[in-house]
Amino acid sequence: MTGYLLRKFFQFLLTLLGVAVLIFFIVRVLPGDIVALKLQGDGVTVSADVLAAEKARLGLDKPMLQQLLDWLWGLVNLDLGRSLWTERPVTQEIAERLPLSVELAVLSTILAVVFALPLGIVAALTRGTVVDQGIRLSTVAGLSIPGFWLGLLVQTFLLKTFGWLPSLSGVSWTLDPVGRFAMLIFPALVVAWRMSAMLARMLRSSMLEVLQEDYIRTARAKGVRPRVVVTHHAARNALLPTVTLVGLEFAFLLGGLTVTEQVFNLNGVGRLLVQAVTQNDFMLIQGLVMLFAATFVVVSFVIDLVYGALDPRIRTVR
Amino acid sequence: MLMRRELLPESSHLQSSGTHTGTALAEEGRRPAVSHWNTVTADPGDCLLKVEGLRVSFRTAAREVDIIDGLDFELRRGEVVAVVGESGSGKSVSALAIMGLLPPFARVSAGRVLFQGRNLLELDAAGMRRLRGKDIGMVFQDPMSALNPVLTIGEQIAEPLRLHLGMSHQQARARVLELLNMVGIADAESRIDLYPHEFSGGMRQRVMIAIALACQPSLLIADEPTTALDVTIQAQILELLKNLADRLGIALMLITHNLGVVERYADRVLVMYGGQLVEQGLADTLFHHPRHMYTLGLLRCVPRLEGDIRGKLAEIPGLPPDPREMPPGCRFAPRCPQRIDVCRNEARLVATDVGSASRCHRVTDLAAGSIGWPEPAPGASLIENVPASTHGPAAVGSPAAMPLLEARDLTRVFNVKQGMWGKRRQVTAVRQVNFSLDRGETLGVVGESGCGKSTLARMVLRLDRPSAGQILFGGHDITNLGHRLLRPVRRRMQVVFQDPAASLNPRMTIGQIIGEPMRVHGLVRGDAEEQERVIDLLRQVGLRAELYGRYSHQISGGQRQRVGIARALALDPSLIVCDEAVSALDVSVQAQVVNLLADLQQQRGLAYLFIAHDLALVRRISNRVMVMYLGRVVEYGSREHIYAQPTHPYTRLLLEAVPGTDPREERKRAPILIQGDLPSPFAPPDGCAFRTRCPRATADCARAVPQLREVTSGHYVACDRV
Repeated sequence: MTGYLLRKFFQFLLTLLGVAVLIFFIVRVLPGDIVALKLQGDGVTVSADVLAAEKARLGLDKPMLQQLLDWLWGLVNLDLGRSLWTERPVTQEIAERLPLSVELAVLSTILAVVFALPLGIVAALTRGTVVDQGIRLSTVAGLSIPGFWLGLLVQTFLLKTFGWLPSLSGVSWTLDPVGRFAMLIFPALVVAWRMSAMLARMLRSSMLEVLQEDYIRTARAKGVRPRVVVTHHAARNALLPTVTLVGLEFAFLLGGLTVTEQVFNLNGVGRLLVQAVTQNDFMLIQGLVMLFAATFVVVSFVIDLVYGALDPRIRTVR
Repeated sequence: MLMRRELLPESSHLQSSGTHTGTALAEEGRRPAVSHWNTVTADPGDCLLKVEGLRVSFRTAAREVDIIDGLDFELRRGEVVAVVGESGSGKSVSALAIMGLLPPFARVSAGRVLFQGRNLLELDAAGMRRLRGKDIGMVFQDPMSALNPVLTIGEQIAEPLRLHLGMSHQQARARVLELLNMVGIADAESRIDLYPHEFSGGMRQRVMIAIALACQPSLLIADEPTTALDVTIQAQILELLKNLADRLGIALMLITHNLGVVERYADRVLVMYGGQLVEQGLADTLFHHPRHMYTLGLLRCVPRLEGDIRGKLAEIPGLPPDPREMPPGCRFAPRCPQRIDVCRNEARLVATDVGSASRCHRVTDLAAGSIGWPEPAPGASLIENVPASTHGPAAVGSPAAMPLLEARDLTRVFNVKQGMWGKRRQVTAVRQVNFSLDRGETLGVVGESGCGKSTLARMVLRLDRPSAGQILFGGHDITNLGHRLLRPVRRRMQVVFQDPAASLNPRMTIGQIIGEPMRVHGLVRGDAEEQERVIDLLRQVGLRAELYGRYSHQISGGQRQRVGIARALALDPSLIVCDEAVSALDVSVQAQVVNLLADLQQQRGLAYLFIAHDLALVRRISNRVMVMYLGRVVEYGSREHIYAQPTHPYTRLLLEAVPGTDPREERKRAPILIQGDLPSPFAPPDGCAFRTRCPRATADCARAVPQLREVTSGHYVACDRV
């Protein structure tokens, strides 16, 4: 067990190293000069000396290799550097916005699972009937309707019906939990619909497969009630591939909430990423990308563990 | 399916009572002979299950098709009744109909199923559920897939206990341990919390039996319980079922396609064909005095250890009828070698002179002994005798004609990662195997699942690289050849796999499947030539040319296997490896395919490496036989040596597992069964690997691994105790 964990950890570090080096070079290859943007953004003309001084101050005049090593060393110390735009530590910038994104991702995932589970199972059980077709139709809708369009639609609806505008500043949990929840619920629903569509389809097809299996017939031959056959015997097996999908979707969400955050005016890391790219703030970009990569690896690992816990065949080899 | 109606009130005199005549069975396992064919005695209280006029139909796209057409039979307490028939005869469907487990597209269109006096077909769903698992237990065919992989076996066995008998967790667990001991799973305490995939096939089937018997049902239905298992394990499981049925006074309905296996175990036999009951009677009567041509044919097809070793296997030509196009009159007539004009009329069940019932028009002729099942055509001799002395594991490199295939000290070691945490262990699947095979010869490789025979086959075909040792094909060392150099070699050796369904690509037509090898090796120019050659091959394997455009799911198992053979022949190879090529087929179809293989061998001078777990089957087709156990060769010799003088204890036990011809004889002798299961290949026993299951093992056997030594010329055995 320890050997396994150690190996996984080592792989994790190796992946992060690879991502770090890759993102470092990609970002610097992109056109645009942050110094010029920052100082000359409003059409102000600045002399070359000032530009050079600013560059030196930000440490951008050092040789590339030096910058890379500094960056890597910083990573080891969990110091992601300073944002080239705001000059605040990247970790701080991220830390201010991360909780919101995480909350949104978690809430979306929970809602998606809550929707998808009954829908997928019912669709499989009522295969071919109107109910099944209705559910399949709604999943197709969920997959094809663009998130931003739906988000805008929801916001417009809320505005017109309840006169409700999303707050422009952050709302904290301690001061106004209801407000915070209200802020999250609508974007979460939008994201959840799409995610649940995918999960429900996956669950439906694996449920259909499982229901054909011999052990379901054995359960019925024991006289087990149909409901118990479905929940106790069939669903546990059908959920296995869906669990993987949930994990992957969740990992993807953290970085993929960009559009939703933009539409619903939420100050999360997705929005921060867009900002950073626009401003060519590569320290921030690097930091965010490292975060997403790390999240992905950790979530994959957790999925593996969960899968092992759910499916005893993975745990032991005969 | 089941109609929703009120439960019928039970007839008073048909209530289940505590005592029953089943205890009388405990002595000898046989009911006293009775005169009337459906063995209805004067005491109706004895009758547990009575099926009357059962008709089951399937709803297809076009119309409803009758799968079972009027089935009548009875089952009494403590009886063992075997229902025998080929795939598609309706035997499994009848069991499902009794249990109320028919698929949604099937329905019972007529008839009654009386269980303890109640008509099961009139029970509502809840009523039926109360019976299932409690009063009627069922064991299914494939133990590998019949258990839920994410639940422990303890939980699965306890489920009916908690559901029907309302046991608490503790009570259920105690009973589960009792059941596990009863079905012969040793060390129950430590295994109760294991998962199904941690058990072998035979053990899983025992778990299934434990589940079926958990609530002490009065009826146990076993649908082909041993078909998916090795011959040795088959014997164990059937013996277990029989013992339990006797001991607990349970009526057992045993469904199978192999008439041979029921000889030892059944009291009465029902033979089904094309959805009808064609013969019914006491087991002894049926085996000694069959009164239907089909029964006779089935009896002849079972490969046996007696009889002319050189003869062709008797086979039943053709295929079972399509339920959508049933022939009028006797349904077996199209395949019957003794059909006459009157067979075109509808056949009814009539009582026979020996107390059975038969639906054959020629029953009187059979009774008089004037007709029989024709012997296979003389002169179609199966396997020529090859002088044994020049071949043997030690005689490699002899100056005689160079063998086609030679294996020298072949070894294959697997590094296995156990579980998620990656403990690495080694399994030696094949250990120092030596053999040689000449052109036109067949080497039979026999052993249980897990003995390494499939790994050996893969190495010979170079689908896998040996860890040590050499493979010589046509004198050339192919052990380490790369892909490009192997290509011409691959042309000359081909393979037929075990599972006909899985070895044909479901997305390719038959024509494409057979044509592909020729295309790959550039043997044909253009589609027209390919089609011509494919149709020629189809003809050679006995298939109609119109199958060219069909897909594998549209043809039967036997036909698929023939397609596999045609594909193997496409390149005109010198060697064909048959990896359990007939194990998954019905006994009647096995005979056809084996005969075909023998004919092809004669015509083309093919060599076969014939892998199987059934010694009786191998007897017919092999010149020499090699018996393997846990990766090692334990006995090797000519066919005569192995069958006339089996020396190694394992070989003898394998022979013991093959059913004999006379049920009376069979019942008298207690079969010496192989005990236990194959040891884990991760931890083979010290010294002789077989000593844990060997009736002749002593303490010395643990000390040294016995080496192969020559007991007579060309006959090698690896045992120190003989």
